[in-house]
Amino acid sequence: MIQEPFATGSSHIHCLDPRLKILFATAYSFIVALSNRFPALFAALMLSLLLIGLARLNVWKVAKRVALVNGLILFLWLVLPLTFEGTPLFHLGPLSVTREGVLLCARISLKSNAILLIFIAFVSTMPITTLGHAMNRLRLPGKLIHLLLLTYRYVFVIDQEYQRLVRAAKIRGFRPKTTINTYRTYAYLMGMLFVRASARAERVHHAMVCRGFDGRFYCLRHFSPTRTDWIWSAFMISIILGLLSLEWTRII
Amino acid sequence: MDKNNLIINLEEISFIYPGGAPVLNQLGLQLHRGERLGLVGPNGSGKTTLFQIIMGLLRPSSGRIEILGRTVAREKDFREVRKRIGLLFQDADDQLFSPTVLEDVAFGPLNLGKSKDEAREISMRTLEMLGLAGFEDRITHNLSGGEKKLLSLATVLAMEPEALLLDEPSNGLDDNTKEKLIEVLSGLDLSYILITHEADFLAKTVDRICRMENGKILTDIESYPHYHLHEHARGRYPHEHH
Repeated sequence: MIQEPFATGSSHIHCLDPRLKILFATAYSFIVALSNRFPALFAALMLSLLLIGLARLNVWKVAKRVALVNGLILFLWLVLPLTFEGTPLFHLGPLSVTREGVLLCARISLKSNAILLIFIAFVSTMPITTLGHAMNRLRLPGKLIHLLLLTYRYVFVIDQEYQRLVRAAKIRGFRPKTTINTYRTYAYLMGMLFVRASARAERVHHAMVCRGFDGRFYCLRHFSPTRTDWIWSAFMISIILGLLSLEWTRII
Repeated sequence: MDKNNLIINLEEISFIYPGGAPVLNQLGLQLHRGERLGLVGPNGSGKTTLFQIIMGLLRPSSGRIEILGRTVAREKDFREVRKRIGLLFQDADDQLFSPTVLEDVAFGPLNLGKSKDEAREISMRTLEMLGLAGFEDRITHNLSGGEKKLLSLATVLAMEPEALLLDEPSNGLDDNTKEKLIEVLSGLDLSYILITHEADFLAKTVDRICRMENGKILTDIESYPHYHLHEHARGRYPHEHH
């Protein structure tokens, strides 16, 4: 269901304090998203790639994830240069490709890839439970965190229930086709899934109430920064300052 | 028996699901301190509903519930009940909602007001008692069915209850886990009510059996020895059991 192919590893980045990784990835993403100058954007993409390298992740798996997002960006390349107003670069029949449109697409592509890669390098390199714990320690709203953790806990259970329903349909000879009967069957399956999920939610709530749940969750994990974490934070701060100066001081 | 020794005392409990037939009908049931009671009955006879009523998850249409000598009726009363009586759910996936094993076991003790260190210590001790030492950092959904069941029991026992309600604890377990469960239950100094359909399991875990039918407890039946079919290697040749 949810695979976490990057969550475990022994690279420096895997061993960093998760709170530090979340903070850095978030700050970095904001800066990249708000930057507009190409030197800053190119530098960000290079840095993201460098950090992916340092996390020693499986290149093929990273490429597959990145390709998924770039599929969406491809659509922007097909539409934006033709529809964005500005100085025409060249004409395609009745349509004209504008310089501003192309630049906008280039910015979007650079930004989204840099941000995606930094999240792969820094956030997907920890298990989701650790992510939840670190968010808790960073004092993010408890409701959000427990929404994340409970979803993570039950998405597998609900998937199993779905698989059971599909198997039950299959052993009675159901084969998906483009017919109204197929659509109806899938609608039944989904409906059944919702019914079961809501019944399960009620039972889980009962279980929580039985153990004295009063709306509060507790986190038992402790994180303590090591010397390496401090060294890395200095490195991260210099990355952030570097990007900021590329964007706003116009050194290049 | 002495009335002071009553842990659970139900009198004339009725329960009707909205728009349905009555599930419980003027039911009476007593659990005394130190007693290990088995509850049997056909599917749909209201056994699980009865447990939910004792824990205050469902409210009876009529009748009186007395737990540890006090009449309970409102949510506030039941909050106290839940601290002292533990319910083991039929499906471990319902009971285990935390991402990691340690958090799940510590959830109850923390809600009882224990400090984080105390909760951690109680949890580790409980896990060890159930043969789950070293599991504390495991991700809950990756555990096997048997491990999940033992862990569910750990989450209940960590609250140090005075009585347990066990809803088909042996359901779907392999023989080894079942043996482990029997060993743990016999080692506990706790009173409990246990629902099961397995005569074997019942004979090893309870002292008294009640039968439930049509929303009523019928009569007390003493636990009885019995013959049953079983299978093992070379079982087809005449042999003796010891």
